[in-house]
Amino acid sequence: MKKVLSVLSVTALSLSLVLAGCGSKPEAQPQGQAGGATGGAAGGAAPTVKIGMVTDVGGVNDNSFNQSAWEGLQKLQTDLNLPKDNINYLQSTSDADYVPNLTQFVKDKWDLTWGIGFLMGDHLKKVADENKDAKLAIIDAEVDAPNVESVLFKEHEGSFLAGVVAAKMTKTKTVGFVGGVEIPVIKRFELGFEAGVKAVDPSVKVLKVYTGAFDKPDLGKSTASQMYGQGADIIFHASGGTGDGVFNEAKDRKAKGENVWVIGVDKDQSLTFGDEVTLTSMVKRVDEAVYRVSKDLIDGKFQGGIKWLGLAEDGVGLASTSNKNVPEDVLKLVDEYKQKIVKGEITVPEK
Amino acid sequence: MNRVIAVFTKESFLVPLVAIILGLLTGAIAMLAGGFNPIKAYMSLLEKVFGNAYNFGETIRQITPLIFTGLSVAFAFRTGLFNIGAEGQFIVGMIASTAVGVSLDLPAYIHAPLAIIAGAVAGGLWGSIAGYLKAARGVNEVITSIMLNWVALYLANWVMNAFFVPSGQQRSEMIHDSAIITIGWLSTMFDSARLHWGTLIAVLAAIFFYVILWKTKSGYELRAVGLNPHASEYAGMNVNRNVVKAMFIGGMFAGIGGACEILGVFHYQAIMTAQPGYGFDGIAVALIGGNTPLGVVLGAILFGILTFGAAGMKFGAGVPVELIRVVIASVIFFVAAHGIVKIFVKPIMKKKKEGGN
Repeated sequence: MKKVLSVLSVTALSLSLVLAGCGSKPEAQPQGQAGGATGGAAGGAAPTVKIGMVTDVGGVNDNSFNQSAWEGLQKLQTDLNLPKDNINYLQSTSDADYVPNLTQFVKDKWDLTWGIGFLMGDHLKKVADENKDAKLAIIDAEVDAPNVESVLFKEHEGSFLAGVVAAKMTKTKTVGFVGGVEIPVIKRFELGFEAGVKAVDPSVKVLKVYTGAFDKPDLGKSTASQMYGQGADIIFHASGGTGDGVFNEAKDRKAKGENVWVIGVDKDQSLTFGDEVTLTSMVKRVDEAVYRVSKDLIDGKFQGGIKWLGLAEDGVGLASTSNKNVPEDVLKLVDEYKQKIVKGEITVPEK
Repeated sequence: MNRVIAVFTKESFLVPLVAIILGLLTGAIAMLAGGFNPIKAYMSLLEKVFGNAYNFGETIRQITPLIFTGLSVAFAFRTGLFNIGAEGQFIVGMIASTAVGVSLDLPAYIHAPLAIIAGAVAGGLWGSIAGYLKAARGVNEVITSIMLNWVALYLANWVMNAFFVPSGQQRSEMIHDSAIITIGWLSTMFDSARLHWGTLIAVLAAIFFYVILWKTKSGYELRAVGLNPHASEYAGMNVNRNVVKAMFIGGMFAGIGGACEILGVFHYQAIMTAQPGYGFDGIAVALIGGNTPLGVVLGAILFGILTFGAAGMKFGAGVPVELIRVVIASVIFFVAAHGIVKIFVKPIMKKKKEGGN
């Protein structure tokens, strides 16, 4: 009996492993730029530069910044007519994979290797120090090495605008923030959002929860359920794949007639989750940054160092589709605040 | 010597072997269905692993923790316990070794061993919680150990955040140099792949596993309890004590594995957003290895090669890394479903019986 049981449980376990693998994979996105992936393989007299990218555990279908970065590279490939094999990515399945994955590109003499995400910072530094002639770049982390270009975003500035929208649109005077892991990047989202809300209406309550994971939609759903239950009607999430669950909960509630909203993050998430639940999105132009830095490399303008992209540089901001759900006067107010931040009249807290 | 030959021709060896081949074939079919070239994929997998010194070294790094967790699961299995908690014991071992590595300042010859022992004891105690609950209250160890995995994960993050993580960071401080077990010269030889003494300890642990189970009295008791607890009790053995002991030793293996990851590979402990997964893979490793020490080592080598080489498959043939999980899952499936495999093995066995004996 015991043997049967154990065999059964092992089978169940292996099945669940496979299913878990599928579960975290959202369906393909009906988005315009995705088509360019294989189209640009024509070759020709194009530059033969090779650019690689290492994702964190989210992978290139995370509906979030890994995907955005990959889209940036794909766009570059299409625009410059790079051969198909000249851009590639490796997905990391655990922390231990970062170094070997980065090393794979570096040792293979790829011209530029991207590391995507704060968590890769230390590992990328190690690889950069060991291979001084290789060029690397990283999103979201500060890596101090002459052969690395670090690109960071002023998420707090963009999130401030999301906070303005939320404070204006909430009917219950309560809004929520769902964070992934409590790291400096996500902290910037939280503080910016809260500052934006309070700037418009100090009486609006901001509920805040960190789920501790970027890849757990189930956790996102239960957290969102609690928040909506506590009276929040708008939730801003900065939690990668975990946020998929926030959207699902909002959809369920919307179907039951509740008036709840989600503010998306990183990409224009209304394209994935629909306009009926997506109020707006705080877009972080990772694709643009990846595109620009890679282009600089091709043009021979690559330089190490740390670059911050904020509202002034169009590195962050609200999605262009915001006008579908956000009324004109609110967007006008958003624009006023944006100008104030760009001019330096308002300094958004980041720590 | 005869014994070694016997091991390789026994059914317990043939079944996993056939299962592995069937698993690889299933993976190949999945690749064909996805429009990839399976031969090219497997070739690039092998090339990734054996192609250069660096990647070969990193494969060994990948194999090492799997030996530990595989031994952990296999040991408990020998006493009739299903230890799904290797994951948690692994994590607790990480915590203990980080704590010792960061907060103590000792000479190297005592610091590193102490950190490993701390990991072993922590893992062992964590394992024996499930063992104790089973012995004292009859709680199923599958349930408790799987729940303890999550407790361990969040405990680790809490301990790290509370005591060891500098503000604005996502990982603990570096452990002191005296606690590091990386082998510098070997690492240089392998193009700075992260090689460490843990691999040697893993092999020693496998030998320890064999000696204690098959060469000592208490090992005999442990196995007897696994085979038939009632008969053992009737024969005057203390079943409950053996259950706790098995879980303690099993947990120890996993705990050392966790300690070696910290002391040899990372040199710090990161805040984890998910389980590291070595414990779960350890279940499969133990299963493929037939719960024998040699089998576990071989199983770990297979798993290490497959998981590390998966990136090569992506690189060389464009096959998504998830596909290697399909291969692994089908290997597990075929090992678990002996019946299917035996259909393939039977003709071979028959021939051998006619020929030999």
